[in-house]
Amino acid sequence: MNHDRRDFLARSGKLLFLTGAAQLAFDAVLRGEPESAPNYKTTDHWWGMTVDVEKCIGCGNCVRACKEENDVPREPFYFRTWVERYHVPNGDIERPQVDSPDGGYDGFPEKYRTGDGAKSFFVPKLCNHCAHSPCVQVCPVGATFESPDGVVLVDKTYCLGCRYCVQACPYGCRYIDPRTHTVDKCSLCYHRITKGLTTACCETCPTEARVLGDLKNPKDPIHEFLRTHKVQVLKPQMATGSKTYYSGLDGSVR
Amino acid sequence: MGDLFRHGGHLIRVAGLFVAGVLVFLVLQALLVPEGFGVYGHYRAGAIEENRVRPVAFAGRAACVECHSDVPDAMKGGRHAAVHCEACHGPLAGHAVDPAEKKAARPDSRALCARCHAANVARPARFPQVEVKEHAGDEACTTCHAAHKPGLEKGVTQ
Repeated sequence: MNHDRRDFLARSGKLLFLTGAAQLAFDAVLRGEPESAPNYKTTDHWWGMTVDVEKCIGCGNCVRACKEENDVPREPFYFRTWVERYHVPNGDIERPQVDSPDGGYDGFPEKYRTGDGAKSFFVPKLCNHCAHSPCVQVCPVGATFESPDGVVLVDKTYCLGCRYCVQACPYGCRYIDPRTHTVDKCSLCYHRITKGLTTACCETCPTEARVLGDLKNPKDPIHEFLRTHKVQVLKPQMATGSKTYYSGLDGSVR
Repeated sequence: MGDLFRHGGHLIRVAGLFVAGVLVFLVLQALLVPEGFGVYGHYRAGAIEENRVRPVAFAGRAACVECHSDVPDAMKGGRHAAVHCEACHGPLAGHAVDPAEKKAARPDSRALCARCHAANVARPARFPQVEVKEHAGDEACTTCHAAHKPGLEKGVTQ
């Protein structure tokens, strides 16, 4: 056999690299069961949400409840969920007037008049919990991720606060918490849904405009909703795999 | 074979380098990679659990109904039947755990009802809305309407 030194070093380099990779994989095997908590298996769920725009009355209950539930800073105003008011004059969906005074926290003071030839409606916004999240892709340290049950979560102890994800989210769903200087966003009330409760926003929505759904549960009413309603996700052209399905969505909504 | 033994010194040096490389890799990995990283993906597995272990603020309707089973009965058939308790009464997980500790506040009906029912162009047209001032003057909504089962046909309280 004809070994030269270069060949030998190349081979040993490869072996060295593969040993490391194998060790990482073996760690995963040793760790065993992924679900440390009883009665909840992450692999049994795939969370999403439906939002019926035609049912939203802009009361702001979701915004207030979210802030209470998730300790979202009140002043200055940051949001995990917020409500936008769209006003589309003359049916021109290219130029909607959009406002969201304090995210809808105190409701929407009447600003428009009836009979002005425009259509107006409310659109609740939140993290779309994309299956292919741009925010997750750009995180340089793995501090944000899609959990095995389809929720985009933040690892607060590991976030650097570099703001890449804030810029990457096409839906503007992330903010830097001024107290911790790390990123924060809708967690789909992960601490609630894994205990069998619904999210705070869905719990307090008086018209059931927003409903949490488990897409892996064949008995979940979300399937019936998706079958019987004409639904759309926000910015479908970005192929984010959004799991927040809007029914009755107008073309002016960005 | 003879060649290999003649130059064995090279092999030993390279093997030493190899072992040292492995050791450096393992030490760096142990120092830099947090526990559980890479188990499910490019993130710390423990972060999932950390996101779970927060206390809840809203108890959820099921918890309310455990004690206040009379209220859903009163709401039955009314237009508020589907509205969950904490939508109006606020977050009450503390009350659900210890009813003595935190009492549910009786909401101010004018402010509360107006949140949903004050006339607004952007609200769906079929949703019941009123110009509060015109409709009620300074009267409280609950003077005429039962909050749990509104509507003047059956729900009127006086």
